[in-house]
Amino acid sequence: MSRPGGRRVLALALPLLLAGCSGIQSALDPRGPQADAIATLAWVLFIGAALIFVAVMAMAVAGFIWPDQLSRVNPRRFMVGGGVVFTSSVLVVLTVYSTWVGSRVSDASDVNIIGAGTRIQPDEDRLVIEAVGYMWWWEFRYLGTPHGDVVLANEVHIPVGRPVEFRLKAADVIHSFWIPSLHGKRDMIPGHNNLIVMQAEKPGLLRGQCAEFCGDQHTLMSFFVMAHEPEEFEDWLAAQARPAREPDTPELQRGAEVFLEQGCGACHVVRGLSDGPLQAVGQLGPDLTHVGSRLSLGAGAMPNGVGPLGGWIANAQGIKPGNRMPNFDRLPSEDLTAVARYLESLK
Amino acid sequence: MRLPVLFLLFLTLTACNEAATERPASEIARHVAGGDPEIGRRILNDRDYGCGACHAIPGVRHARGSVGPPLHGMAVRGYVAGRLPNYPENLVNWIYDPQRIDPQSAMPNTGISREEATHVAAYLYTLQELPR
Repeated sequence: MSRPGGRRVLALALPLLLAGCSGIQSALDPRGPQADAIATLAWVLFIGAALIFVAVMAMAVAGFIWPDQLSRVNPRRFMVGGGVVFTSSVLVVLTVYSTWVGSRVSDASDVNIIGAGTRIQPDEDRLVIEAVGYMWWWEFRYLGTPHGDVVLANEVHIPVGRPVEFRLKAADVIHSFWIPSLHGKRDMIPGHNNLIVMQAEKPGLLRGQCAEFCGDQHTLMSFFVMAHEPEEFEDWLAAQARPAREPDTPELQRGAEVFLEQGCGACHVVRGLSDGPLQAVGQLGPDLTHVGSRLSLGAGAMPNGVGPLGGWIANAQGIKPGNRMPNFDRLPSEDLTAVARYLESLK
Repeated sequence: MRLPVLFLLFLTLTACNEAATERPASEIARHVAGGDPEIGRRILNDRDYGCGACHAIPGVRHARGSVGPPLHGMAVRGYVAGRLPNYPENLVNWIYDPQRIDPQSAMPNTGISREEATHVAAYLYTLQELPR
């Protein structure tokens, strides 16, 4: 096998590094007022530090080039001016500025609350979503929508131009909720509810990531964020509130049967799948009522589709070792493809 | 005296060159009419069809699945899916719609287009090494 040369690797790596500055998961590509303020603060710090660095280097070089002229500078005045007055005034200005930015981005939201439901200011206009961190996936519950509660996993949809209040919880260990294009990080702590309010300014696809190491598959704990125009968002919400699509071909019916027979419903919810003895009401894994409509599987482990679904069902431990889903690799092949097709059909 | 020694040395050194025993990838790939191995590799890397969820595929990121067979050495294998002689057309047909060839296969029709399947087959034919 040929191996790419060092230069080729560098040529590949450079655009990748730069690509990190824009795109769907970047604090330097803000899409909302809070992220905007944070990005501005970052640039001020970065540019200011660069200017000071360049000035210091320039003085050092000047010291070598013009030693005689510079020896006439009063050392005491230079030390006090450059070392104390300049430094402390810059730090005071920056401290005031960053505190102001911090309080502004947290305004209306930064209420740490002990216990559920206390001290939350009701706000008619806010969309309230409960976000729960699990090892290693995300649950999003839309509370008090006109269509009833809506639950989905590893993907959250929000309307543009309207504040969204995320009530952050953790089911097991400490996770951290971070959508870099919208806001800073906030921890999800077991037994403690945190709150964060953010707003998207324009429609588009963004990405969030767990920002606190939470175990083996911490890196595969991401989620997509879709910002919609308000009407589009209402349509999406109404569609998510509906029960799962009925299986309407023999293969899909078989898929639904296999899903129930294999006990998938012990961990997963598929709303409206069955009223018989076998039901899909489990709470340990993601709600699969509309799983076919999602962009990724396994919290960003793979894109969605019948192939990845089949692979995930049979080999979840190979794809994401240590996650809570066992491998279902003893199913007859027709049953495996049927259940993958059935889940794919749940749009 | 000197010449045979040099000749032997030369022979020994050629054994160090692994590439000398390989046919160039482009020559093999040419057998898949209209298939571009580089595009095929990109399709596999983008993971849209989830091939790597079930197969281990050399040279493809995240393709470490153990549900189906590993695809090492596809270029030198005798049969596709245990039933079709390993000709380009058969491999393309299999990738495009496995369920039509073998409804009992666990490999689903992933929705890949015939053109994409052609590129993927072209890439798979660059894989000549079996696992050691």
